Amino acid sequence: MLQEYTAKKTTHRQHAHARRRGQPLRYAFVLHRLSGLLLVIFLPMHFWVLSLAVSDADRLALFLEMTHNPVVKLAETVLVGLLAVHFFGGMRLMAFEWFGWPAYQKTAAAAVLSVAVFIAMLFLFRTL
Amino acid sequence: MSSAENIQTGADMPDAGMLDVAIHRGGGGRPSAIQHYQVPRQENQTVLDIVSHIQHYIDPTLSYRFACRVGMCGSCAMMVNGEPRWTCRTHIDRVVEHNSLEIAPLRNLPVIKDLVPDLDPFFDKWTKAEARHHPSASRHQPMHIQPPDSPERQRADANIECINCAVCYAACDTVANQPDYLGPAALQRAWTLLNDAKDADKEAIWQAVSGGDGCHNCHSIGSCAHYCPNELNPMTAIAGLKQQTVRQAFSLTSVLKKNRND
Repeated sequence: MLQEYTAKKTTHRQHAHARRRGQPLRYAFVLHRLSGLLLVIFLPMHFWVLSLAVSDADRLALFLEMTHNPVVKLAETVLVGLLAVHFFGGMRLMAFEWFGWPAYQKTAAAAVLSVAVFIAMLFLFRTL
Repeated sequence: MSSAENIQTGADMPDAGMLDVAIHRGGGGRPSAIQHYQVPRQENQTVLDIVSHIQHYIDPTLSYRFACRVGMCGSCAMMVNGEPRWTCRTHIDRVVEHNSLEIAPLRNLPVIKDLVPDLDPFFDKWTKAEARHHPSASRHQPMHIQPPDSPERQRADANIECINCAVCYAACDTVANQPDYLGPAALQRAWTLLNDAKDADKEAIWQAVSGGDGCHNCHSIGSCAHYCPNELNPMTAIAGLKQQTVRQAFSLTSVLKKNRND
């Protein structure tokens, strides 16, 4: 009887760690961290473009011409979405950690994402 | 047919199929590997039943840890399909996927052998967080009366049902990225003691939880609360510590000012 069960043993290489699943707030953390990092990359570039207004007006005009491109508009929409995610996500975390509010963190995180998508869509339709 | 044979063969279960169970083995310097076992599926089977079946009937060299089997002792936690769980109270119907299961030792802890994690780092952090009772009276003094419905007792009651199973510790991404972080269980117990009117050295707890490895590392990801088998909420306890340590810092400043003025 024992052989019946022992026969099918096979051996594989082990992963470094057992794979780990997410839960909603974990995805909220990843989104918050990613949006933060992308904003860190974006902001210096944004200030550099703004500085062209004083240093090199022609170049700025050239750049602004480029922003009429639909691809750039789409990128801007994503950026607005990221900014909204990071802003409202940060508000959620501060409200929770400083005031213990609200109790329903998953609902609050979902609301943050909905508001961010809504604002990004609003921007997209306004800019098109 | 004896009941022992029934367990072994699953012969009295006409529809019971075989489960493919992948177990992460190794640890303690041995080469690590995943081994697959075919286990007969039964009604009312827990993940711990599966591991026990393998150890009893298929491979006696498999090591695992358990004691009470009723969700009280907190010793049987393992990673099941990538999620930390108390295996004695996890029915396989809730976790089985495509007739297979993957079982690994708890995350964020060294492995002694197979499914047995070394819990020393976990319990060392309870000590580091001063998550132990600091007595306010000796046995020769009269007993402190704390009515169960008093606000002080109610505050201490929140999160008191922790069974030290380390599921939250295995679920915590902050522990994974910063091994010195005290972790959800120790900080939650520290919070309970801070709210306990009978604890006599709250200053020691404040010092322990507000340091570099303490509560301010927490990113409020909330996996601790999500996976806690007793439905406790360490994330909220840690948020409480964050608020109170900040308040404490301001009041310490005022104490220093007062001392200077004196």
